[in-house]
Amino acid sequence: MADNVIEVENLTKKFGDFTAVDHISFEVHRGEIFGFLGANGAGKTTAMKMLTGLSFPTSGKGTVAGYDIWTQSELIKKHIGYMSQKFALYSDLTVKDNINIFGGIYGVPRKEIRLRADELMERLGLVDERNERVKDLPQGWKQKLAFLVSIIHRPEIIFLDEPTGGVDPAARRQFWELIYDVVDRGITAFVTTHYMDEAEYCNRISMMVDGRIEALDSPSALKRRYAAESIGEVFDILARGAKRTE
Amino acid sequence: MEDSCYSIIVKTLRKGYGRGLPPAVDLRDGFAVPKGELFGVIGPDGAGKTTLFRLLTTLISPDEGEVTVQGLDIIKDYKQLRTIVGYMPGKFSLYPDLSVAENLNFFASVFGTDVKSNYHLIEDIYCRLEPFADRKAGNLSGGMKQKLALCCTLIHSPQVLFLDEPTTGVDPSSRREFWETLARLKKTGMTIVVSTAYMDEANRCDRVAMMKSGRFLKVDSPADIVASFDRTLVAVRSDDMFRLLQDLRSIEAVGRCYTFGDTHHAVLKAGSGASPEDIAQLLEGRYGHTGVEVTLQTATLEDCYMNIDTDADGR
Repeated sequence: MADNVIEVENLTKKFGDFTAVDHISFEVHRGEIFGFLGANGAGKTTAMKMLTGLSFPTSGKGTVAGYDIWTQSELIKKHIGYMSQKFALYSDLTVKDNINIFGGIYGVPRKEIRLRADELMERLGLVDERNERVKDLPQGWKQKLAFLVSIIHRPEIIFLDEPTGGVDPAARRQFWELIYDVVDRGITAFVTTHYMDEAEYCNRISMMVDGRIEALDSPSALKRRYAAESIGEVFDILARGAKRTE
Repeated sequence: MEDSCYSIIVKTLRKGYGRGLPPAVDLRDGFAVPKGELFGVIGPDGAGKTTLFRLLTTLISPDEGEVTVQGLDIIKDYKQLRTIVGYMPGKFSLYPDLSVAENLNFFASVFGTDVKSNYHLIEDIYCRLEPFADRKAGNLSGGMKQKLALCCTLIHSPQVLFLDEPTTGVDPSSRREFWETLARLKKTGMTIVVSTAYMDEANRCDRVAMMKSGRFLKVDSPADIVASFDRTLVAVRSDDMFRLLQDLRSIEAVGRCYTFGDTHHAVLKAGSGASPEDIAQLLEGRYGHTGVEVTLQTATLEDCYMNIDTDADGR
């Protein structure tokens, strides 16, 4: 279906007799911010690896950006972006060189890289730093740059794996405004976070417990259903039912 | 208070990393942490938190400093001092190729003790790790690595505990467990200094230092920091939250404005005289928002953090 960027059905991953991801089924709509929540060890990372073409499921099926996770994982990688808190940039190279390298890796034509880089640097406020070496930039700007290179190939969906871990309240908010901005321009965002206030910024969130998706809805609907004041409370109610101790 | 009531006494402390760069830590006015206090440090990346921790644990030397920890000088008495402090760095620093039990035994033996002697300190954390005692530390999940790191930091029964962002990447339930452990350790009389990016954690400290550019902008109890917030704060909601943020920022009477969970918080400028009703009318009229709600809001520690460097108008 054209308006879902991710569709998975009964996606399962076993390691020996341990079921890390246990028959999860869900859709991510085009243009939404989808929050992928769960305790440490609930299976989020394993699920994300399958969605980003880095590992194959044990069973189940699904598509990401319209491509099959069994047969088209290389095509998936070309049409998604990925950034984690432990993002990797070339710290001895300049901002511009980093953009060129990542653009090149994603197969963006050289001329096109320049155009997109100019536009993105303008939007993220990095223009004056284009010739600075990455290692001389403050952490917040490195993070902006990592975000920029992860969308240089105009992916349909950007996977953000705890992008704001360890980031102070002010910088976290700035980063979320960047997410809002690219989503406003049509990219879908798939985000994991341990900050429950950030869960409120998502259109819909899923809560993973022991490898299963226990709840999936808009933040306000979840709060209503569990008669909770905050998403943090919903998290506690669901996490309490967990059997796994990581 | 007598000097002996304090665990940490900083009269002055300065450390820079290069010529032409401003010092990473520049605490000219000093500060002191009483024994048994749970002392929090919050601040943006690059504020100097980690440098401060490394200075107080004698891992680096200051350019200039008059500092004692448990009565020991951080320069002269560094050898002795190292035996009575526990330091858990922000980056996982155990041996990934050693098993859980081997790591713990190793750290105990380095400090000339054994696991049995101080097992009571780590019992409630270690019991969760014990089933995995033979697993290599590198193969543990994030939350378990952090539990093991805390055990290794505690195994020599330190008098002062330094924890540098111990809960980064840890889920909310595990974070709460971690802080319950800290509360128990505090009851044994241990002094604890902890940095965090979570304001709910900062709220659990006896006192909090807000650090920026190497200095403490404010040191006080969370309750007093919140009580000293003297501006008008409103929580705002509408059906289009993203546009609402931009629109609020273009309203003359609004100073700083930022997302806050399912609402936006906006500081109203001191001289503007604007009321929540005025803001609501503007949003509905001039900006055409629907579902508008504007209510007066009591500040939280997070609001204080967001406004620490703003003037009376929230700019």
